[in-house]
Amino acid sequence: MSIKRRSVLKGMLATGASIAALKAPAVHAQAAPFKLGLLTVKTGPLAQGGIQMEQGVLTFLKEKNNMMAGRKVEFFSADTGGNPAGTKTKAQELVERDKVDCILGPLAAFELLAISDYIAQSKMPLLSLAAAEDMTQRRPNPYFIRASATSGQAMHPMADYAAKELKLKRIACISEDFAFGHEQMGAFQRVFEDNGGKIVKKIWPPLVTPDYTPYVAQIEDCDGVCQGFAGSNPLRFMKAYAGAGMKFPVVTGETGGDDALLKSFGEEAIGLTSCIPYTLDLETESNKRFVDGMLKNFDTVPGQYAGLLYVNCMVVEAGLQALGGDASDKTKFVNAMRSVNLTDTPRGPVKFDHLGNVVGDFYIRKLGKDGAKYGLKLWNKTIKTYHNVSQFWTYDEKQFLSQPVYSRDYPPLKP
Amino acid sequence: MTFWLILTVNSVAFGGLLFLLSAGFSLIFGLMRIPNLTHGSLFMLGAYFGASFMLGVGGVQLNFWLAAILATALVALLGALIERLLLRRLPGDALAQVLVTLGLSFMAADFCLMVWGGDPINIETPSALVGFTRMGPAAFPNYKLAIVAIAVVFAVGLWMLLDKTRLGAMIRAGVDDPDMARVVGIRVSRLFTIVFALGAGLAGFAGIMGGPSLSAYPGLDQDMLPLALVVVILGGTGSLLGSFVGSIIVGFIYNFGQALLPELAYFVLFLPMLLVLIFRPQGLFGRHIL
Repeated sequence: MSIKRRSVLKGMLATGASIAALKAPAVHAQAAPFKLGLLTVKTGPLAQGGIQMEQGVLTFLKEKNNMMAGRKVEFFSADTGGNPAGTKTKAQELVERDKVDCILGPLAAFELLAISDYIAQSKMPLLSLAAAEDMTQRRPNPYFIRASATSGQAMHPMADYAAKELKLKRIACISEDFAFGHEQMGAFQRVFEDNGGKIVKKIWPPLVTPDYTPYVAQIEDCDGVCQGFAGSNPLRFMKAYAGAGMKFPVVTGETGGDDALLKSFGEEAIGLTSCIPYTLDLETESNKRFVDGMLKNFDTVPGQYAGLLYVNCMVVEAGLQALGGDASDKTKFVNAMRSVNLTDTPRGPVKFDHLGNVVGDFYIRKLGKDGAKYGLKLWNKTIKTYHNVSQFWTYDEKQFLSQPVYSRDYPPLKP
Repeated sequence: MTFWLILTVNSVAFGGLLFLLSAGFSLIFGLMRIPNLTHGSLFMLGAYFGASFMLGVGGVQLNFWLAAILATALVALLGALIERLLLRRLPGDALAQVLVTLGLSFMAADFCLMVWGGDPINIETPSALVGFTRMGPAAFPNYKLAIVAIAVVFAVGLWMLLDKTRLGAMIRAGVDDPDMARVVGIRVSRLFTIVFALGAGLAGFAGIMGGPSLSAYPGLDQDMLPLALVVVILGGTGSLLGSFVGSIIVGFIYNFGQALLPELAYFVLFLPMLLVLIFRPQGLFGRHIL
């Protein structure tokens, strides 16, 4: 993979160099390459998602022959190392040294929070996957765009489905003890309880937990479980869960049932119901193109990290097109991207609310063997689609924002 | 009742896995005084090698046990190379050894990421151990019970090796007084390579044995290394009995601590280590003071 990346980079650098060498007089903005930056994680425990992010971008660029809106694209990929300090350094490099036109990434909320102010000061459009709710809610950043989902955005419909269609009444929540986990579970709790259910318990294992059995042993007095694990943790949780002989149905959000995990899951995950903004089995033109591209370029099926980065690239392209290829005015550029209305992306239709967060489709899938493709043994089969889901779900925006952000203790457990 | 039973059996099973991991660490750290921070990486490499052999290398798919043996041998060989080529040159220099082994662990982590990618790899439970054994109201995975049995077998085997065989006597002699051992004709440096390879092999074996519940994923090394450290400091370096008892204690503290005081899970895990360091620095069964 690294060889491919290098050759892509080399090709792009060569183009940039030749244009510089010509020293063409009165270079139009359109003639200079469009510089696309990516902040991702290629080392350490977050690398699974980080590598997929880069693959999503490279698949898009390859498909488009490195062209966006008539301009050659120069691509800069930076490895943040998955920590806030590294993210800050790399963001500064992209902005000040490479002079990129916009940045995709970073992956994690704590990385995003480390650069949010800097991004706003330097007026750099940023399209991130990081799900921290307040980035598009109580502390919005005018240069921020999120085409993926807030932490709670997939959990709201999941809770709706769990209450109305799975007819669950009492659910125990379990997720990592950090902001993403807290926000997911808060969102699930609000909608589930508004539909007559009850959250009996919230369990918070630390991010690093080699064996989940002691936590699984605490699940009781319920008829269902909601897990919000990320990275490789869903795998080990489902094993420990099945290993302890537990049988309650399990529901989860975008990271807990990600398609990138399908090749690693075993029988123990069958029956897992998840809600996610990108699903491998969506049968649209653009998703077919994208999945074929991923298989051809990287010999792997995409999960949501790759899928959503591809969507981000489509948003950038559409914004650039709307401006006739001129991204020199960053404020105009970010507004153009926020105004796009894409009807066919690998995640379905995409548009944004006035805070820069996506309003799009979310898919409820059930994990099983039925319909498995691409050499996979297991498959997430979409069983229901929630259309045009906003970050505020069905709640009124003002009323939603007047309440505290979802956290470890909000909403509180009912006695 | 079931809750306590599940936790108890899981504590013992986790302790068994920790023993396989930390026995090697204790051998290397206690006997050779090398603070080997690649131990977590060796564990992870064992899991990855084993997973690869099971998925098939060059079209040949091995079953779990063959894959485990091969992965163990490979990691042991790697350990021998690390000792022979790097650590041999830094005798007695603990700081240099820490830096070299820490550097190696970073390299190993990136190597794994390059070769196996970031996606976690599932390791199937060996078919003979799928299923449950019922004990009263609770059911336990046979695989976890097997780990306990294997850990006991290894504990006895290692104890026999060190205490009852000629090789064991030579190792003990080489450790206690290397110069005198050399004078009587023991090739101490070769012995040390053997000990390091044995310790590494044990870590690799633990990696694949833990695979069915932990799977192989980037970051596994950093998850396991601190646990090995806690066990060895608690139990005492260089003592097999210490590793065994320490593993079981940590298994219990880990499981019960996380179940009963989840907020304080890490506090509860490291507190006994602190107490031991303060009141009994050589550990519960240790031979040397650190």
